[in-house]
Amino acid sequence: MSIINLIKIALKALQRNKLRAFLTMLGIIIGVASVIAMMAIGQGSKQSIQTSLSGMGSNMINIMPKSKDVGGVRIGGSNYQTLTMKDVKAIQKNAIGIDGISPIVSSSGQSIRGSNNWPTSITGVSTDYLHIRQLSLKDGIMFSETDILTSAKVCILGKTVIDNLFPNGENPIGQYIRFNKTPFQVIGTLVPKGQSNFGQDQDDIILTPYTTVQNRITASTIYLQSIMVSAASLAISDSATENIKSIMRETHHLKESDEDDFDVRTQAELIKTIGSTSSMLTVLLTSIAGISLLIGGIGIMNIMYVSVTERTREIGLRMSIGARGIDILMQFLIEAIMISITGGLIGVALGIASSQLVAVFVHWPILISESSIILSFFVCGITGIFFGYYPALKASRLDPIEALRYE
Amino acid sequence: MSKIILDIQHLKRDFIMGEETVHALKGISFTISAGEFVTIMGSSGSGKTTLLNILGCLDKPSAGNYFLDGVNVKELDRNKLAGLRNTKIGFVFQAYNLLARTSALENVELPLFYNKKVSASLRKEKGLKALEAVKLSNRADHTPNQLSGGQQQRVAIARALINDPVMILADEATGNLDTKTSYEIMALMQELNEQGKTIVFVTHEPDIAAFSSRTIILKDGKILKDSLNENKRSAKEALAALPVSDDN
Repeated sequence: MSIINLIKIALKALQRNKLRAFLTMLGIIIGVASVIAMMAIGQGSKQSIQTSLSGMGSNMINIMPKSKDVGGVRIGGSNYQTLTMKDVKAIQKNAIGIDGISPIVSSSGQSIRGSNNWPTSITGVSTDYLHIRQLSLKDGIMFSETDILTSAKVCILGKTVIDNLFPNGENPIGQYIRFNKTPFQVIGTLVPKGQSNFGQDQDDIILTPYTTVQNRITASTIYLQSIMVSAASLAISDSATENIKSIMRETHHLKESDEDDFDVRTQAELIKTIGSTSSMLTVLLTSIAGISLLIGGIGIMNIMYVSVTERTREIGLRMSIGARGIDILMQFLIEAIMISITGGLIGVALGIASSQLVAVFVHWPILISESSIILSFFVCGITGIFFGYYPALKASRLDPIEALRYE
Repeated sequence: MSKIILDIQHLKRDFIMGEETVHALKGISFTISAGEFVTIMGSSGSGKTTLLNILGCLDKPSAGNYFLDGVNVKELDRNKLAGLRNTKIGFVFQAYNLLARTSALENVELPLFYNKKVSASLRKEKGLKALEAVKLSNRADHTPNQLSGGQQQRVAIARALINDPVMILADEATGNLDTKTSYEIMALMQELNEQGKTIVFVTHEPDIAAFSSRTIILKDGKILKDSLNENKRSAKEALAALPVSDDN
């Protein structure tokens, strides 16, 4: 008995009962469609969270001084200054997998222009800062290495600062503002970024060379408040972090037994936490959908049992004209697999269509992954075999004499 | 003497029903040669159904031997029996047993689906030929519910013929049909017999047995009588002798 003949026989048997085949399929169709739609919604929301986080600079690594025990007295990190330009240079020179580094020194104060003023802070950075934070210039230019060398009194403003100092909408480029008592020329403006995920206004910002802050505002030329690094990609941010830690320990001459006097944090950690929450959501939704697939499978089993009973005479006839047990088994198994695979195909189409509808009408982010399609399709095939096997086995073990006389 | 295709020696079949053992066949022997038209008769409980099941390789004897075309059926397993049924025996049942919503041609082709060696084109060719033999070529696309009882039984006979079996085994094949249609079926059987087909026909109707060349009568699991039919009736003539009905 060739497999092609078996498939033909199974196809013909299904054709004889189109409506019933379709109704049996319905369970599988709904199951697969909901698995795909749920996974699309779950993964879509995960991806959209990740995108918004990486907008903050997902590859960003933050190095900060760490609080330290000094003779039993714990000293706060910001008071205990350990980071210097030496660290920056060492990381710049030795670290693998980073593509930007900037020292951070800042000071809060009042920005003033004419009769307008606004309480804010000024941040001294290097030229890499825009890249690290994924900021971009709306207008004007970024300060240069020369400006850093000369502690030039130039600055770049964020939108909030501009709105408060230039309320009439004048072009700030080329204008002068003061920060506390120091005058700065505005050479650039930033593209607004809006609020961060934590509600911070990311546009309330004045950027200037770090040397300018050190020499002209804080008059503290040695220590840095923090160092920001960006890893070349999210994937290597963990290894870059480890690398930076060891470089830092070396430049700080820490012994094996000493604990770090600095803290290295990555955005990746945050993304992981949030990502795992939404993964959990996906798993939850998918398992609910998976249960409906299981029920679809039980539906197949049920119908196949009914079908075997109903077609007992047919089975008896087939046996009497030469079908072996294995032929009967294969026929019913192939019928079950065909129902589940066809149901799976329709389910995939329906799942994709309904996820698109969700995207269009509810505006939820969706992401249809190939893996979800392959997975649910695979599960379908297994369902067909698993739930089709027992009814098929029952059919194949019928006694032809009794089957022929079955009423 | 033509070739012996069916050889039964001291055939016994016992059924165990709880504590009791029922002896359905109590040791029967006979042979059937190629080209014979044998009817097996007997009242209910005579063991004719049990004998039919064994002849059809659906059941195996408890004791004794059954050689079908030289093969001892007793020694075969389930799958080999299925193969034997496929190639050596053509079944015709009382209730036709055609697949519903399936064309006559597909019904006739069915046994060939269980024979790997037959291609799709050969299958169709043989199917049409078998339908032609039962004069139903023009009904190849009809489904069973579009055919009369007699036509359905002819489709079933075509199905039995398709593998060119050594024996056609009919089980009360006229039991569901009226007299006229029964005679038509018997006429077809006689025609096939004249073409050389061996036919074993189980029935309880004496007038049907009259169309055969030999009758074996069973009673209580034993052969009561095994006789050649001296004056075999022609089904065609019997058909002509029937009163003409109004609907003709």
